[in-house]
Amino acid sequence: MRLQQATRCALFAVLELAQDPDRQISAPDIAEKYGISANHLAKVLRDLVRAGLVESMRGAGGGYRFSGNAKRVTLYEVVHMFEDIGSKPGGRPEGGDRSDIGRALGQVTNEIDETAVSTLKSITLATLLKLIQRNAAGKTGPQSKNESVIA
Amino acid sequence: MPETVGTTELAGDLVIRAATAADVPAVTRLDSRITGMAKPDYWTDMFERYGKRPNRFFLIAEAEDSGVIGFIIGEVRAWEFGSPPSGWIFALGVDPTARLNKIGSRLFEAMCGCLAESGVDTVRTMLARDDELNMAFFRSQGMMGGPFIQLEMSLDGFAGRQG
Repeated sequence: MRLQQATRCALFAVLELAQDPDRQISAPDIAEKYGISANHLAKVLRDLVRAGLVESMRGAGGGYRFSGNAKRVTLYEVVHMFEDIGSKPGGRPEGGDRSDIGRALGQVTNEIDETAVSTLKSITLATLLKLIQRNAAGKTGPQSKNESVIA
Repeated sequence: MPETVGTTELAGDLVIRAATAADVPAVTRLDSRITGMAKPDYWTDMFERYGKRPNRFFLIAEAEDSGVIGFIIGEVRAWEFGSPPSGWIFALGVDPTARLNKIGSRLFEAMCGCLAESGVDTVRTMLARDDELNMAFFRSQGMMGGPFIQLEMSLDGFAGRQG
């Protein structure tokens, strides 16, 4: 699965900002850190502000700050703002869609879409931030406390 | 994400412990509140199968002030289509009014401890694709998509065909 440029910009920005909701970061700083177009990022940030996920801080030292709820916002909500993912085919059918082959292919591609949507809907920003921390710590699984069970 | 029903802060201590036969009615009531369907025979059978045997774990979350408010069930399974022994979690329930108190996390961590002590190094589960609440919970604990895929088909028309 390859995300569109705007989607990638949005995810980088939202996750960078959500790592520390009290911190303000400028668009050029985010663009430089992730090697993405500052112009593209500026447009994306406007959309994220409108969606209430980030807020723009004016004045000296201004920039952007995360304003959503990282435990509630999922990757799907961000991705869906910038690309049409997992939507049922609608409107005019494309050539061959109604043929036996087209219908069978549609079942397979729907399965792929539904799995992708389900995955994105199940991962909150907080969960992804935890994954980033685990990766940084070189761990792959949950940090179990091996809590003792009272028999 | 679906809304959690709400949260009441726990006043007393929370204990995670192995289930006993005396817990079955409370688990049945809790599951009935969550699923809308009372299944007393099913839960009695679950306790017989998973509450009394080695490498099978039926754990309870019990609050000092409100009794049984959560449960989790898991076991070690081996060699299903080549899978080395691994832990499986196949039931989890938390009182909807007590959510957001990390009860599910405590149950999950305790289950992982039991499974790890049984000698396995992987834990798995299987969920409905649209079960966003549980899917998000297990993801938040660090679970990711694994190397196995669930497949299914309707058995309409198969009855009476054999032989």
